[in-house]
Amino acid sequence: MSAHLDEFIQRDRTIQPPALTPAYKTSVLRSPRMALLSLQNSLSEVTGPAFGKGELGPLDNDLILNYAKTGEPIGERTIVHGRLLDENGRGIPSALVEVWQANAGGRYRHKNDTYLAPVDPNFGGCGRMVTDETGYYAFRTIKPGAYPFRNDVNSWRPAHIHFSLFGSGFAQRLITQMYFEGDPLIPRDQILGTIPCAEARKRLVAALDFNAAVPLDSLAYKFDIVLRGKRQTVFENKLQGS
Amino acid sequence: MVQPLGYLHETSSQTAGPYVHIGLIPHQAGFKIFDNDFSNDLTFTGTKGERIRIEGRVFDGSGALCKDILVEIWQANAAGKYNHPADQQDKEADPSFRGWGRTGTDFQTGVYAFETVKPGPVVGRSGGKPMAPHVNVWLAARGINMGLSTRIYFADEAALNAEDPVLSMIEQGQRRETLMARREERDGKPVYVFDIRLQGEGETVFFDI
Repeated sequence: MSAHLDEFIQRDRTIQPPALTPAYKTSVLRSPRMALLSLQNSLSEVTGPAFGKGELGPLDNDLILNYAKTGEPIGERTIVHGRLLDENGRGIPSALVEVWQANAGGRYRHKNDTYLAPVDPNFGGCGRMVTDETGYYAFRTIKPGAYPFRNDVNSWRPAHIHFSLFGSGFAQRLITQMYFEGDPLIPRDQILGTIPCAEARKRLVAALDFNAAVPLDSLAYKFDIVLRGKRQTVFENKLQGS
Repeated sequence: MVQPLGYLHETSSQTAGPYVHIGLIPHQAGFKIFDNDFSNDLTFTGTKGERIRIEGRVFDGSGALCKDILVEIWQANAAGKYNHPADQQDKEADPSFRGWGRTGTDFQTGVYAFETVKPGPVVGRSGGKPMAPHVNVWLAARGINMGLSTRIYFADEAALNAEDPVLSMIEQGQRRETLMARREERDGKPVYVFDIRLQGEGETVFFDI
């Protein structure tokens, strides 16, 4: 019971959105007002679920084909790829990456989405993959469109893809959104605007990766994602039971 | 002037939005796409331990039901061991139990539910007391800018709860109650009810882990 428990580096809240961000109105009633209780890591935080490639289907990371019924979906064929890293710069292998998005017209395949743009019969809008031994992931999709949302009367979301991420410990769990370089809606976006730090906002904008484009087929964007890293604990008392 | 430390910055969180179901629980969004969906049933035929149901609702600061919340849980097995290589406790592993599940609060009723087993107590930090049986919870949704972490404890484990190092850290005794699931019997089956209040009176204790 004397093995070593690697704890995660404390989360830097200055680069994370606070719970209460009045310009994003829905946060007002859904934001806890009490201070979060800071917990040193125990086994409950440093452990987390593992996922195997075998749980996924062969087309799960191909959003162009994974819901194709009568043909392929309409829109710009796009590759999104990058690495899942920790704060120490190490790739995170065998991690589950899940993505979801609107179609090229900005419409989600969701029973609660009533936007007037049409559903694409050949586009589901979700995918998932497990990172390789270096933390690399890649998927193929259709570039999503912008769409309006109810916040101010005339609020629009820039094109974006939602990402859900697991590391090796449940304390690394993260959901975020990726934006596309050059989108003029980015500086107006009230969701991206919940992040108080300009540098941190920039890190959510994926660069056009012309070198990774497939000529005559698909453009590509590169999006690296960083989850919390482990602290170096060389000179520390060892924690029990871990 | 000074060497750069070279650490990377954690990627910033963004709300999961109203359509989180598409990516993470597509059957609730209203369509079938993957052969193998992740589920709110953590048990398999061979899973060891007492079968329980955990269910509850999530309320916002006005007291209204939140019907679009993603709820995930992560827990130890019935012996109190996590299915993870970092758990070196000398306890029996259960290959029929991953210990993780996900679901969404129902669009009509606002209820979420998990079928699982009651976890055993888990060793605490060095020199500390063991942790009472608990289930780790993570919430994400529209209006929640960064996922919220809390824990479900079991009200019928009063002796272990009284010694739990995390519950003991909560200064205000009445706030500990927000982490207690109460046991009910339904059709002869144990159901633990755990409601979550995001804000206002009875606000659930959330952790910065």
